[in-house]
Formats: sequence, structure tokens, C-alpha cells
Amino acid sequence: MACTTGVCQSGCYKEDDDEAMEFERRSESATTTTANGSASLPVKEDSDHRNLCFKCKVDEAITGDEAHLCLGCFRSSLFGKFKFSVTSHDMINPFDNILVAFSGGPSSRVVLQFVHEMQQKAQRNFDASRDRSLPVFGVGVAFIDETVISSIPSHEYEKAIQDIRLIVSSLAPPEKKLHIVPIENIYSLDSKGETSRLKELLHAIDDDTGKEDLVHHLHMMSLQKIALDNGYNKLVLGSCASRIACHVISATVKGQGYSLPADIQYVDARWEIPVVLPLRDCLIQELNMICSHDSLKIVKQLDGSGSGINVLVSSFVTLLQKENPSRERTIVRTAEKLTPFHFNRLPETDDPNNHVSSRRRHKKFNPKSNESIPSELFCPICNSPLNKVDSERLKSNLRHCETSADILGISCCSSCQFQILPKKSSSKEHFYSLLPQPMIDRAKYHISRDQDLLREQIKDFLLSEDENGT
Amino acid sequence: MAEVEPKQKKASGRQCCICNQRRAVLKRPKTLEQICRECFYAVFEDEIHRVIVDNQLFKPGERIAIGASGGKDSTVLAYVLSELNRRHKYGLDLFLLSVDEGITGYRDDSLETVKRNEIQYGLPLKVVSYKDLYGWTMDEIVKMIGLKNNCTFCGVFRRQALDRGAALLKVDKLVTGHNADDIAETVLLNILRGDIARLSRCTSITTGEDGPIPRCKPFKYTYEKEIVMYAYFKRLDYFSTECIYSPNAYRGFAREFIKDLERIRPRAILDIIKSGEDFRISTSTKMPEQGTCERCGYISSQI
Repeated sequence: MACTTGVCQSGCYKEDDDEAMEFERRSESATTTTANGSASLPVKEDSDHRNLCFKCKVDEAITGDEAHLCLGCFRSSLFGKFKFSVTSHDMINPFDNILVAFSGGPSSRVVLQFVHEMQQKAQRNFDASRDRSLPVFGVGVAFIDETVISSIPSHEYEKAIQDIRLIVSSLAPPEKKLHIVPIENIYSLDSKGETSRLKELLHAIDDDTGKEDLVHHLHMMSLQKIALDNGYNKLVLGSCASRIACHVISATVKGQGYSLPADIQYVDARWEIPVVLPLRDCLIQELNMICSHDSLKIVKQLDGSGSGINVLVSSFVTLLQKENPSRERTIVRTAEKLTPFHFNRLPETDDPNNHVSSRRRHKKFNPKSNESIPSELFCPICNSPLNKVDSERLKSNLRHCETSADILGISCCSSCQFQILPKKSSSKEHFYSLLPQPMIDRAKYHISRDQDLLREQIKDFLLSEDENGT
Repeated sequence: MAEVEPKQKKASGRQCCICNQRRAVLKRPKTLEQICRECFYAVFEDEIHRVIVDNQLFKPGERIAIGASGGKDSTVLAYVLSELNRRHKYGLDLFLLSVDEGITGYRDDSLETVKRNEIQYGLPLKVVSYKDLYGWTMDEIVKMIGLKNNCTFCGVFRRQALDRGAALLKVDKLVTGHNADDIAETVLLNILRGDIARLSRCTSITTGEDGPIPRCKPFKYTYEKEIVMYAYFKRLDYFSTECIYSPNAYRGFAREFIKDLERIRPRAILDIIKSGEDFRISTSTKMPEQGTCERCGYISSQI
């Protein structure tokens, strides 16, 4: 079939938006005065003249960068974006104890750095204040050690962990506790026997993408466990716009269009410990620049080489970004127009410590809560909300299930069913036995919820608490 | 006993997994099942029949125009639709409707194919041309605007041309051969370009119900490779060259990506369509208003 779409001359918001924003910014700086006191027009890119930063007019602007800022001003603008996300979404409050997920890569390095600077400033304010009514928020750092399942040689991994210890210890005062937890600890405190269980679990998955995605889900589960076990109340991820753009495409390609909006907002409160993404608007290219400007040490990516859909998507997006540097932002912007879920905002707390002004800010950026919040059902493996077809299937088949493996089978989203669960029904019981407890609990939740709902309807007619009548 | 064994050994390795009788001669692109020709025809035709029935695309007695370019999609569409119309008694009056954009070396050749289809399938043909309707051929337009964005012009002109042709034929609906690959590409393209309005519409199997002529896409879940396979085995007559102006289209990026994707996971094409169907657009999102042309009253994106 011939093409039916080309560049939309009139209706494509993105291109127009970008140009409009750029034009506004430039015309703002056009009327400011130079150091000499005379008004000047924006300096055009000219190899003969020095390309001065628009903002400070002192340092040289970064070559090739659209923003025409010097590195110093660029860094402040990025920190400004971070602070804006944090304050408008109430991500960090004085009484919070936040856990920062650290992988060693550039985006988690930058988020750790920015959080540290925010904490330092809070500490200075605290020291200087008379009544000391507002404490300084606590910060912990978590790194999930995937040595047992990584393709990277263990001595290299060990070296990376040493580097991470150095990085975190250098970010004091205030001191930050570092939690380095092996991924196999998701099973229990005793990690010895569980290494083989984890390996067996991954081996049972045929699909490469399914394997990678399951590791990702286990990773998140580990972070949640660390946060719960150590008294943190928020989890900070360094996920940036570039990673989110890749996630938008890969979720689309895996048939996860319904649940996609849940993963890409500033706040994700479906987890026990809410997850926040303060660097959501920054591109990986920008974060790399910060790392080199500040000489921030990063650790070589420990992800290893993937082979499935995720890698294909990542190289596709890189290609598109090269062709047009605003492509990643456009992708994220499109996905932003999809309806988020009710858990994509922080739950209202009755905490008296919740500062009045932060509560006001909270309300400003959070959508009105509806009287009747629709209740979502979640996939036990990836924790994504089930779409209409999957949840209907779950509801209608739940009571026909005989074994726990059956329950798992029908309560998973169709994407996990395809790429993670075994095809042969004979392998299902065994697979179920290899899963970590939190996933099993999620699957069981559906049964107990179903029972509760039934019980609710007939409770007035029940003569005893127990079903057996004792 | 010894005679039977070698025969069984030879047959069991390559037997059609649907009928278990005939020899498997192909791997189904959608599912990678190894099947025989007859079973392939059967599943191919039956899946399309199911799509037509489940989505209630047609009513008995309707006059239907098939957008026919002479390419593989529209040729197979014309063939299968007239076959299913006969077999399942849809009771439809089918016509072929072709658009002549005036692209030398491409359209003039493919029009010859459509004229042959008219005879081969016994379906009356109507041709509408850009030159007659608008006074311009695509060749002249490209000379004027160059090789970028020409698909946009052609697309806008084609839509109106099809509507006019359909009105001349007095048909109730238009069917086009857009296949699963096309729709998956369009979903990706709209995400990449930030076109939320199109993204919300592009997975609908029927569109334009509030306009002059509704159009539907019976091949919405049919893989391009399977259409080619069907045309190949059935030895259908079609024109297989791409439009000479299309290599520079942005859609090419999405197409390459989907080809790579299909190699790793064939069902990804259907998964993209499913994602597109599941996308829920915020009601607060500003959508472009559909205006009307101040000169002729036809629909326009410019207000």
C-alpha cells in the first residue's frame, strides 16, 4: 500500500511546539543587555564570532547544542528541571527517608548527585535555622548485585562494586547508607541455595526478551524489598526521557499498550514503596554531559549484551534520535497524552508532618481524585494493570482453577503469558515453584480478593466466622 | 512392517500440522506452523471471513467498491472478497475502483493490471484520475515541490479521488487492502511523530462512518507476507513495484524496524495493533478540529 501519512504540515503539534518554545526562549534573551550595557540581538552561529552563552553571556556556548548555553548554565538548567519535578510532585519531603536506586550508569549517577546536593542544602538550612522544626530527609543508596546471572566476568563485577562503594562514600556529609544486595536474596535471607533456583527459573524461559524482562521485574522487586526492610518510604529511580522513549516503543511492540502509561509518569504508587522519577524530562545525552562536566565517576554498564526486542528497540530509537535530535522527546510527549492510572499520583496522607505548602503544591499538580476509583487487577509477574480482555478472562476463569499454577496462568497479562510462562502445561507447576514469594503472593491475592467480594455479599447471612461452622 | 516404516519416517517430518495428511510446503509467517497449500488457503480465507463477520463489516445487498491499485494487496483483496462473497453468500455487489495519480512508469503499468483483474474476476472497473479531478498529475506536483512531503499531497488527493469515484459508482462502502504491517507501521509512525489524533483513529477497522463514504480494512489482521504467499501460490496477476516517489518517506524507518522485529517475534505485528487499540487518550488532550474547505466544502484539516 502506498503511504498515507507524510509530514503533517498543519496538525503536528510536536514540530510546532518545539519551534514555538525555541522562538520564545530566543526572543526573551534577545532583549537582555550585554556586559557592555547595550542591547543586542542573539548571536548567530558564525565561525568568525565567539558563540556566547545566551544566559550568562560570559562563557562560550556548547558547540552544536541547540540551547546555546555554556556548560555551567546548562548544568543549572538541568538541576532546575530536577528540582521542579521534585517540588511539583512532592517527591522529597523533610520527613522522608528516600532510597536511590543506583546502577552506576550516567542517569543514576546524576540523580544521586542532585539528590545529594539537595540534601546538603537542606542540611545547611537545618544547621542555620533556630527552631530546627524541619528535619533533613534521609538518603540511602541501593545497588542490586547480579553477579550470579550476569555474563560479565565476576572479577570485573567485583571491581565495579568497589567503585560504587567509593562513589557513595565520597558523597558525605550527610552520610548515605549503601545497600549492596545480591539479586538472589529475593528468595530469602540465605542466598546459597537460592542461586541455583534463580538460575533454573531463568533457564526455564525460552524467550530472550522474556528472560531480560523477568530480570528487570526481579530487580524492581529487590529494590522494593530493600526499601521495606530498611524503613525507606520512597524509591528514586534515575530513569530519563531516553530510556522512557525506548520503553514506550518496546511496550507497544509487546502488546502492552494498556499498561504503558503506568510506567512513564513522574510518580508510580502501585508499589508498596512509591517510585518517583525526577529525571524524567532529561535526555541521556544531557546527563552524559553533566557527568563529564562534573567529572562524575560512572561505572561501566553492567547490563551485558542483550539479544532480544529490547536491544532492537534501543538501536532503533538511537537511529531516529540521530536523524532528529528531538525524536526521543516527541515519543515521550505522545505517550504523555495517554491516560495515566489513579496510582500515578502519591496517595494523600493525613500525616500532620506533611508541610502545608507541600500539600498545596501536591494538589496543584495532581489530577482531581474521583469518587469511585476504578480498581485495577495486576499481573503477578510484571505488576502491570490488566487490560479489559485479560481481566475479564481472569474473572470468568478464576473459580475453575484447580492448582496454584492454573491461577498464575490466567492471572498474568498476555505479554507475560507469551514471553515468560512456559508453553507446556506440564512445566507450569515446576515453574510456579521456582518463583519468588512476592510474585506468588500477588497471584494468590486474586483468589482471596475474589473470596472477600463474595463474602461481602453474603456476610449478613453467615452464622459463623469460619466456613466450617465452628 | 519393514516397508511401512521408511515411508512413515519420510512423511512425518514434513506433514501439514493442520490436516496431517498432505505434505507441508510452507511455514506460515504469522505462526510459523508448517502446513500444506490447501490448509494455507483455508486458514487465510477463513481468518478474513471471521474478521468480516466479527466486526460486522457488511450488510446483505450493499454495493462495495474495492480500492484497486493493481498491487498485491488490492488484487488479493478483490480475489478473496469475491470468493468469500460467493462461498458465504454475503450478498454484496462488488466493484473495482482505481485511482490514476499520473506517475509515469508506475501507475500506467499497474492500471493495466487492474484492467486485467476486471476481466479475470468479473468485477466492473471505474478509474478516476488526478488529472481529470484536479488538473495535476503527481509527476507535475513532484516537479513543483520536490521529493519530500509528496506523499502527503498524494494522500490528500487520493482520499478525495476515492470518495468521488465511490459516489459516481453509488456504493455504500469502500474497502481498501491495508494490511497488518501497514497498520502497525502507522501506529509506530504516529507515536514517533506525536500525532495523537491519528493514533486514536488508525487502528479502527472502519472509519469515516460520519463522512460521505465509510471505509473498512478487512486485511487489518492479515500479514503482508501471507498476502504475498497467497498471491504467489494462487498465481494471481499483480504489479509488484513500489511507488517511485516513496523511498524518501519517513515511513521507511518504521517499515525496516518492523521487518527486523518480525524476524525475532512474528506476533509483534499483531501486538503493536493490539497496543494501538488499547491506548486510551486523555479526554483533556486538545484534538485538531476538522474543518471544511471554504471553496468546495470538502473536509479539511485547516480550520
